[in-house]
Amino acid sequence: MEAKISIKDLTKVFYKKESRVTALEGISLDIADGEFVCLVGPSGCGKTTLLRILAELEKPSGGTFTIAKSKKERPLQSMVFQERGVIPWLTVEGNVSFGLKMRHLPADVIKERTAYYLNKVGLEKFAKLYPKELSGGMKQRVSIARAFANDPEILLMDEPFAALDEQNKFILQEELLNIWSETKKTVLFITHSIDEALLLSDRILLMSSQPGTIIDEKRIDLPRPRNMEQVRADPLMAEHFVEIWNHLQDEVQRSRK
Amino acid sequence: MKDGLRESMTDPLQMEKQEWKKRQMQHRLKQILTISSPIFIVLLWEFLSRTGLIDARFFPPPTEIIGTFWAMGMSGELFHHVGISLFRIFAGFLLGVIPAIVIGLLMGLYGPIRHFLSPLIMALMPIPTLALLPIIIILFGVGEVSKVVTIAGSVFFPVVINTVAGVVNIDRIYLDVAKNYGADSKQFFFKIALPGSLPVMLEGIQMGQAIALLTIVAAEMMGANSGIGYLIWTSYKAFLLKEMFVGLVLISFFGYLFSIILRGLQAKLLPWR
Repeated sequence: MEAKISIKDLTKVFYKKESRVTALEGISLDIADGEFVCLVGPSGCGKTTLLRILAELEKPSGGTFTIAKSKKERPLQSMVFQERGVIPWLTVEGNVSFGLKMRHLPADVIKERTAYYLNKVGLEKFAKLYPKELSGGMKQRVSIARAFANDPEILLMDEPFAALDEQNKFILQEELLNIWSETKKTVLFITHSIDEALLLSDRILLMSSQPGTIIDEKRIDLPRPRNMEQVRADPLMAEHFVEIWNHLQDEVQRSRK
Repeated sequence: MKDGLRESMTDPLQMEKQEWKKRQMQHRLKQILTISSPIFIVLLWEFLSRTGLIDARFFPPPTEIIGTFWAMGMSGELFHHVGISLFRIFAGFLLGVIPAIVIGLLMGLYGPIRHFLSPLIMALMPIPTLALLPIIIILFGVGEVSKVVTIAGSVFFPVVINTVAGVVNIDRIYLDVAKNYGADSKQFFFKIALPGSLPVMLEGIQMGQAIALLTIVAAEMMGANSGIGYLIWTSYKAFLLKEMFVGLVLISFFGYLFSIILRGLQAKLLPWR
């Protein structure tokens, strides 16, 4: 099967007068259609830069990437941003339908899809509210609904749950998996949390600190649907956890030297 | 008997009701305090003026000012001055605010335009528009246009500067969201730049409103034969101080009215804040 996302030799250098920082170096990577991939790495390893390049918010310094298109009218990618990504002057409804409106879809399609995903994330009662009236978890639900409603080829998620408390995080992770299993979108997800990566991923990519390269990957074959108890109870997952933990420790130590 | 006693002593609902009543009382007291200070000053003024402790020629008692206000209102003289001043303020306000918003948004959105225009704005801003009145009169004559232009000029700067600041300070993440979800430049303008800069822009308009009022009075004092400023100035020169005070109170009233209207508009336009 052909890869959904294909990245070849991607490099990004941030250049300033006296300093140059190689954020990414020679990233090559294939992600299959419908695969859920988590990128895990120490802070400042260029994970977000990689995502922003795929989101076309940043230009690569070298290398190429392609996202396979299946339908002409589908946007290539949509991003679920870190907290604060919900636009405060649009209502919940306005935020969820944002991408659809930008693409000038017919009004009835916008209405139907917005209602569908509002219902999916349990926010139909809050459709007319402004984000200031929502909790952090509800805001991230808006963000997720906005991305899914846009029906892109792939979804990019930049630590969407990082700012949430543990309880909310678990709830949203399971909700995300529910919607994902229904749509079977290809997802590239950034996280700091090893638990989160184990719960969500088909495959975990481990990144090194500066310059960011992919140094290892782990396949997570735990059957779906999964929940946190299963992940915690599985001895193989425990082993993965420790390995990834050690890797992160090493990278953090290395970047300090 | 025993039950009855307990109820009257420690009924929690009753206690909360008492607390609530106490809070209501305090709230009412605060409201009374707020209206009492102006009333107190007016009463004091009346008393001092009536008893001759202050010179009633310079500070006529408020009741007499009210009488004068009534008489001027009945003769229609007052409406003429108020009407002409309000017309100048509104026309000047619109003539200043609309271009300021358009230019401010363009400057905020497009770096080259911002860099090109901002030195001009920075250089012109510190000059009081009133100091430019001679030039404005040379350009636009002594009629209504020159007054309207003077107001427009003084309203323009706070609005344009705040609009630019409003756009420039929109959180970058919203720009990323708009770009990621495929907003074209028109959608970006109306969905992101305009609403995102609106809170700061409205602060600028509020400031502009206050400046417009200052400017109109001064402009009418300098070169006009009608308007509230003219009324104040000519009354003073003819030593008709009651009439002068009527003019001053009117300015105060309109200043208050305009800021209430704008605050209402702000609440209406920014339901998301």
